[in-house]
Amino acid sequence: MSAPSLFAFDAVAAVLAIPVVAAALLALMPGYKATARINVAASLLTFAAALSLFVTERPAPGQYLLVDDLNIVFIVLNTFVGFTTSLFSASYIAHELETGRLTPANLRFYHAMYQVMMFGMNLAFVSNNIGLMWVAVELATLTTVLMVGIYRTHEALEAAWKYFILGSVGIAFALFGTILIYLAAQPVIGEGYDAMVWTLLVERVAAFDPALLNVAFIFLLLGYGTKVGLAPLHAWLPDAHAEGPTPISAVLSGLLLNVALYAVLRFKILLAANPEAISPGPLMMTMGLTSLVFAAFMLYRRRDIKRMFAYSSIEHMGIIVFAFGLGGPLANFAGLLHMVMHSLTKSAIFFAVGHIAQIKGTQRLSAIRGLTETHPALGWGLVIGVAAIAGLPPMGVFMSEFLLVSSTFARQPLLAVPLVFGLLVAFGALLLRLTGVAFGQPRGSRQPADASYLPMYSHLLLVLIAGIYLPPPLVAWFQHIANLLR
Amino acid sequence: MQGPVYFDIAHMLAGGLVLVSMMMLYQDRLYALLNVFALHSLLLTLSVAWQAFIQGAPHLYVTAAIALIFKVVVIPVALHHMIRKLGIHREIETVVGIGATMLAGIGLVALSIVVMLRVTPEADPLTREDLAFALSVLLLGLLIMVTRRNAVSQVVGFMSLENGLVLAAAGAKGMPLVVEISVAFSILIAFIVIGVFLFRIRERFDTVDVRALDDVRGRRRK
Repeated sequence: MSAPSLFAFDAVAAVLAIPVVAAALLALMPGYKATARINVAASLLTFAAALSLFVTERPAPGQYLLVDDLNIVFIVLNTFVGFTTSLFSASYIAHELETGRLTPANLRFYHAMYQVMMFGMNLAFVSNNIGLMWVAVELATLTTVLMVGIYRTHEALEAAWKYFILGSVGIAFALFGTILIYLAAQPVIGEGYDAMVWTLLVERVAAFDPALLNVAFIFLLLGYGTKVGLAPLHAWLPDAHAEGPTPISAVLSGLLLNVALYAVLRFKILLAANPEAISPGPLMMTMGLTSLVFAAFMLYRRRDIKRMFAYSSIEHMGIIVFAFGLGGPLANFAGLLHMVMHSLTKSAIFFAVGHIAQIKGTQRLSAIRGLTETHPALGWGLVIGVAAIAGLPPMGVFMSEFLLVSSTFARQPLLAVPLVFGLLVAFGALLLRLTGVAFGQPRGSRQPADASYLPMYSHLLLVLIAGIYLPPPLVAWFQHIANLLR
Repeated sequence: MQGPVYFDIAHMLAGGLVLVSMMMLYQDRLYALLNVFALHSLLLTLSVAWQAFIQGAPHLYVTAAIALIFKVVVIPVALHHMIRKLGIHREIETVVGIGATMLAGIGLVALSIVVMLRVTPEADPLTREDLAFALSVLLLGLLIMVTRRNAVSQVVGFMSLENGLVLAAAGAKGMPLVVEISVAFSILIAFIVIGVFLFRIRERFDTVDVRALDDVRGRRRK
């Protein structure tokens, strides 16, 4: 039944097939230079295929795959950051190989896993079947578990183990929620695949049993929320970010969290279409705000640079989940924009941090000082990135946060207080740390950086442009999705 | 095919799974824990096979066969072998005392029964009770994972949790992808757990006690 959308040549097939072929190829090929290039080329091709989704005719929603306005944004963002990260990864990995932290065998595994992960994430975005989506999210998560543990140090193993344990709890809850959704759909739609097809579910959800939907959503929110890194379930996130290779930190923050968020959004749309089910908004807003305020305070006590930005990711995912929880055209718009801006900015920051940590040979914040003096390109890149993520104008993050705050003031003035409070606390922490890292008396190694600046600055440029001028077609597109999300 | 006997047998098997999950909570030796886990998986196999029979769903026999071969035989034997090789067949250290764990377990079973029975008043009684038991098994598996420090017993906890999910999926009538999901889980367990983690942990620490990992963190205090 899946045949028409899966096998006829179309952009969707390309987005899925290129990473798979590349992964198989990379698993077989020796030599890091060629494999790094293939990794970049495959990521670029996938990105091109994703862009072609805009122009090619969309396949009708099948039993397995779906392309709609919502997921195109996610796929394009995903493949773009996947591509730039592969560029960064090529220069980062060369250094890791020199210093002997990774062996050529590790590297072959790493590149193959990178493509498998891209496949998993793309599959999660295009899947129209909630079971398939679950499998895809898990695939993407497990490949990252393996990559987090790739250095085999004490800390890396601890991080990977923790990620695996918490991730599997998430796996279990999300699957249980998926089964409950199926059970809710089964009396209305009938047995078999149709009762797991998202487009059919949305059409008929109004007739589902609301109590069962409620319980299902709670499991799904907890399950996928673990992967989004929402506050009570976030414990894996800082370790996984800090101990894995930095390209993986960039992909984790920039992309994998979005994948889980996308899953939550799909189910939120589902629940919102049933008038008698609980409204998912308050739950999401509570978890979002908790994450935001908690992570904002945690930022102050960080001594590890990657760990600090991991907490900043929790903070921003909190903001995004809050925005989607608040709902309504404006808040949804702000949430979408913020998600895109956060992905771009945070991965740019991790690109800078990766090179900095390599030069200094440490991730300790206290050992990194005066970067703008010793390594101006990296240092200023980091300054711009942190200024952007902290929400300073004229960057894109400022705009999305501004939209969200004004929308919150208009609709839920009381909730705006913790929101603004959390934003300010995080702002203070980031600037405090930034001044130490970027300015002052240089400390540590001064050896010149063998870095690739293109990925970092291209992301930052995009964020800057988005802060100053958003092209009207993009605004129209986002507004359309914002209405779709309710 | 529905009748009191069919229902009773399904009920007994699923209830047996919950009971064996409770038994796992108080095992304080790794070998014993593995044996109980094998029993757990055997009950799951029977339960899924019975569901396959009463639902007339032949694909569930595949799931049952996977559970039988993989979780009743291969995994316990492999873990036995590994424990012997690593020389860790000592007592398992638990985080919380057995008594408190059992009480928590009883609470979780009660919770899942209250939740599931309340939200599914119109569903088929077989599905309802199956779901309530499945959720209990899932939560008990979770409890095993959080109350054990030893990596092997955490893995066993995860596998018993997964048994609960397979039970739920098999009980949901006509649910597609059940076979695929159980295959995916088996691969996951085989690869991640046995292949990568235990050997790597062994390589680095000479122990599979997860506390050794925590100590590292404690020293570094970030």
